[in-house]
Amino acid sequence: MKPAPFKYHAPTSVEEAVGLLADYGYDAKILAGGQSLIPTMNFRLSQPSVLIDLNRIPDLGYITPTRDGGLRIGAMARHVAIEQSALVADVTPLISETMPWIAHPQIRNRGTFGGSIAHADPSAELPAVLLTLDGRVQATSQRGRRWIGADDFFVDLFTTALEPDEMLTEVAFGPMPARSGAAMREVSRRHGDFALVGVTALVELDAGGACKDARMTYFSVGDGPVAAKQAVAALIGQKPTAEIIQAAADLAANADIPTPNADIHATLEYRRHLISVLGRQALTLAFERAAQSARQGGAK
Amino acid sequence: MSQQINITVTVNGASYQRTVEPRLLLSDFIRQDLGLTGTHVGCEHGVCGACTILLDGQPVRSCLMFAVQADGHELFTVEGLAIDGLKHLHPIQEAFHEEHGLQCGFCTPGILMTVKPFLEQNPDPTDEEVRLAISGNLCRCTGYQHIVNAVKTAAEKMKEER
Repeated sequence: MKPAPFKYHAPTSVEEAVGLLADYGYDAKILAGGQSLIPTMNFRLSQPSVLIDLNRIPDLGYITPTRDGGLRIGAMARHVAIEQSALVADVTPLISETMPWIAHPQIRNRGTFGGSIAHADPSAELPAVLLTLDGRVQATSQRGRRWIGADDFFVDLFTTALEPDEMLTEVAFGPMPARSGAAMREVSRRHGDFALVGVTALVELDAGGACKDARMTYFSVGDGPVAAKQAVAALIGQKPTAEIIQAAADLAANADIPTPNADIHATLEYRRHLISVLGRQALTLAFERAAQSARQGGAK
Repeated sequence: MSQQINITVTVNGASYQRTVEPRLLLSDFIRQDLGLTGTHVGCEHGVCGACTILLDGQPVRSCLMFAVQADGHELFTVEGLAIDGLKHLHPIQEAFHEEHGLQCGFCTPGILMTVKPFLEQNPDPTDEEVRLAISGNLCRCTGYQHIVNAVKTAAEKMKEER
């Protein structure tokens, strides 16, 4: 099928873009990489009357370090640029590890980091990464700029805390804590397909080698990225033995996400099984990396 | 009257000026407005890869872009591969011919467009790297093994040409 007619705007500045958003509100849809939006328009599942194409705005594709050792990613940075960035690999290795799992090379040449976050697909990797790394989202409108924390950003299925007149302009990540490690795992039917279940984890060790802090987020199990809070609580203060990790992963499956969605691709039982197995694998790898980081004197 | 926008694109080195409706997909623009029907349209939602073209040298799905977005950009399609009409096939085309890298040929233009920049950036790929590179292109005929063989043979041919 073909997209329904729409009015097309290609602003050349953020100011112009948010002006259009203020004018059109709910009638307008932002076009970033288009790798999720255009398929739904081709099927006429989505029929926006106005498209605001951000691709003519220069300088929104930046990837820059912050003074405190963190990272700022402009809304229009393409997946391929992030995948190939040495800076991203250095500051947030979890993001680099995740990028090759996002769709296929042709999609990653076009798709954007900001677009994936703002789209809030429950099967997507990057919203879960944002939650696990506790990143922040910069929202810009004619009313000004504000920062939204990851925990407050994802509201519901394909729904974020962005107001109709706001656009996502930047995603920011703080520096990784000392003695920390992160990992992601996912299972899909074919490489590049949406995950049946996926998980991202970040763990931090104290000087004695016990778990000081942790964040773990699943995707493709509910209406958005799901933080496994009870699993994480069972890790804090504990030495990360195989038994402790297994118990935490089981808690993710039994307590945090006892009823993952079932569909034609995977039953509820299979998804619960994957939640436990992938959780254990991701936590094990993250703790190994954290221990390695600790041995290297707390550097990354 | 619906909105009409003037665009200028370069395709395989030639410049084209056309007036298009914003909702016109780049894939349909290439096939219908420019008459370059080598670019195939399969699923129209970014899964099959048949419509893959090069946008400023990088493979993209032409069904997941609007023609207006290509204004001012350089495109490359399967028609640009062979030199001097069909007299001199590109080494990748020769390799697909020799290795039976296609049967019905529907997916082939998209695969060739994916493989060209891949081999330029990875002149000596492993089987695993080839399979990852073509993971976004579906083929219902070959079972992929012949395509992998063709890509490896193409890599050899392209090295010889250097």
